[in-house]
Amino acid sequence: MSSRDRILARVRTAVADAPAAPAITRDYLTSHTPDDPVAVLDLLHENLADYRAVVHRTDAAGPLITELLAARGSGSVLVPDGLPREWLSGATAVRIDDTPDSTAAELDAVDSVVTGCALAIAETGTIVLDAGPGQGRRRISLVPDHHICVVRVPDQVVASVPQAMSRLDPRRPLTWISGPSATSDIELDRVEGVHGPRTLEVVLLSG
Amino acid sequence: MSGTFVGMPAFPPFPRAAHDAVRDTTLRGNLRHATHTIRDKRAKAVAELADWQQLREAGKRIKDDTLRHLDRYLVQLEESVTAAGGTVHWAADADEANRIVADLIKATGETEVVKVKSMATQEIGLNEALAAEGIHAYETDLAELIVQLGDDRPSHILVPAIHRNRGEIRDIFLEKMGSWGRPAPDGLTDTPADLAEAARLHLREKFLRAKVGISGANFMVAETGTLVVFESEGNGRMCLTLPETLISVVGIEKVVPTWQDLEVFLQTLPRSSTAERMNPYTSMWTGTADGDGPQTFHLVLLDNGRTDALADDIGRQALRCIRCSACLNVCPVYERAGGHAYGSVYPGPIGAILTPQLRGTTSGIDASLPYASSLCGACYEVCPVAIDIPEVLVHLREKVAGQGGRGHRLEKAAMKAVGWAMDRPAVMAAGERAMARTRALHPKRPPGAQAWTDSRDLPELPEAPFRDWWKKNRT
Ligand code: SF4
Repeated sequence: MSSRDRILARVRTAVADAPAAPAITRDYLTSHTPDDPVAVLDLLHENLADYRAVVHRTDAAGPLITELLAARGSGSVLVPDGLPREWLSGATAVRIDDTPDSTAAELDAVDSVVTGCALAIAETGTIVLDAGPGQGRRRISLVPDHHICVVRVPDQVVASVPQAMSRLDPRRPLTWISGPSATSDIELDRVEGVHGPRTLEVVLLSG
Repeated sequence: MSGTFVGMPAFPPFPRAAHDAVRDTTLRGNLRHATHTIRDKRAKAVAELADWQQLREAGKRIKDDTLRHLDRYLVQLEESVTAAGGTVHWAADADEANRIVADLIKATGETEVVKVKSMATQEIGLNEALAAEGIHAYETDLAELIVQLGDDRPSHILVPAIHRNRGEIRDIFLEKMGSWGRPAPDGLTDTPADLAEAARLHLREKFLRAKVGISGANFMVAETGTLVVFESEGNGRMCLTLPETLISVVGIEKVVPTWQDLEVFLQTLPRSSTAERMNPYTSMWTGTADGDGPQTFHLVLLDNGRTDALADDIGRQALRCIRCSACLNVCPVYERAGGHAYGSVYPGPIGAILTPQLRGTTSGIDASLPYASSLCGACYEVCPVAIDIPEVLVHLREKVAGQGGRGHRLEKAAMKAVGWAMDRPAVMAAGERAMARTRALHPKRPPGAQAWTDSRDLPELPEAPFRDWWKKNRT
């Protein structure tokens, strides 16, 4: 008998006499926030900042991104497929395309990365990337030390986790990001920036 | 299945181990600071959600439904993962799981792997098993790194190095990092930021060259085949996306039926665990993705005693656990005894009910675990999947007592150990407040030398305050 069959048989025996499980209840809230786009956006801003993302609001992504890269002194920037051209049209940093053959060490030498996202969740201050256009492979938003992520307002902003789940496609690789990486492993003192990008800048792009 | 291995074999029974821990004042100081800090923050994070009780009930029912039909969901999960390009393996026990993982690694030709913190791989002693085969497994979670470099054992589910303070961590880094790879920078200070930076540099070279990653998973979705890992540092993302091969070892109870079910745990786990609205990084992957991340994915489904727990009609609720560690942080006995006293990778209240069920109660440590509690009920109050830990403890005590003379001796010794926790007024004050809510679960008679009489119908608490009652009645 294979272990598969053995385990399944043991499971069946174990629950054979168990009572039926009560029906799953879903009377929890689908959102904790008033249905008002301005309030939702403010909450997103507040919660992103609370977990130490640097938040910017603009209706012109290009000039702002140019400024952010220059302020950081970035000499190179990773560019995923499908990133709107105008977002980087003014940047002087060397553009490095996200390709399947670049090695982790090569990515490690790049200063910054600019991506879009699939959506952002106001109540938790989270951006979700799904490897769609303008987002690239998962590793490009991981290895460089500086990540600029553009959120289109209001289309890509949802209030809550349940609202996000119904819009996401589980067949795509998903990365949920809430602030820069952090650790509290030493005496529970929170330190921002361990292995992921130590600086996360979120651009809330309206219009 | 008394042979089930749940890490850390051959430990002294809880009483003796706990006694040593209580004498260690550094450990106690570290623990108290840590547990109280998380406890307060968690209460605030939970209070932000007006529907916490509804989420808790939903989580409980989702898990109960999963367990009731576990065979069906496991088969469905296997189909979904396979359809998405993954390969599913089944391991009845620790040895088989270790064998499968070692063989998969050997097939790649690699001799080192990077690991993201996982309870399941600790439970089966994977690192040791791989070492015996000449494979180095590098822990990449900061706390696990501290534990691994210090040749130590984890003492908390979420913060495995909770028993170490910054000075100790600095010393471990300075002394040990060099023999594992990139040494700690000269003049390393003991500020957490500097220590984290040292870990970043030390581990970076390992991430960048790793060909094989090992993980567990917090959840697996039967419907879609999606695996989910919650983390904070980014080491998880490194292990899950940079290597060519990913091997995930996951307990069979970690499955949930549907994609939508995740919306419950995505809200309850971070708040209950790290007291955050959301943890910094959560990764979700379904099989393999073309040109993005590992192109080979293996899922090893682990039983290792879980089906024994599943067969116990009261004990099976322990399998609902989502390993948030909230029950550790509120437990007066854990706070005093420390995680190591529990003699397995699962410390605290959840360990006291899970370990004896996975391993059986034939050894001293396992038989004594159900007594490592004052039954104050605080663990049940905070549990995001409403596991009635006191109920399971009482049930397991009955089982131990039913083992006859040996059971009685263990019972007596264990009760004595919990005794000094009771003698500390500050500890007990917290316990007593919670006590009233679980009255129905407390035994009439002090569970000392006497066997339980008819503990099935769980009589009332004595009139006297618990501490007085304890002093008067303990043996
Ligand atoms: S038993 Fe409940 S409170 Fe304890 S770790 Fe598991 S889920 Fe969390």
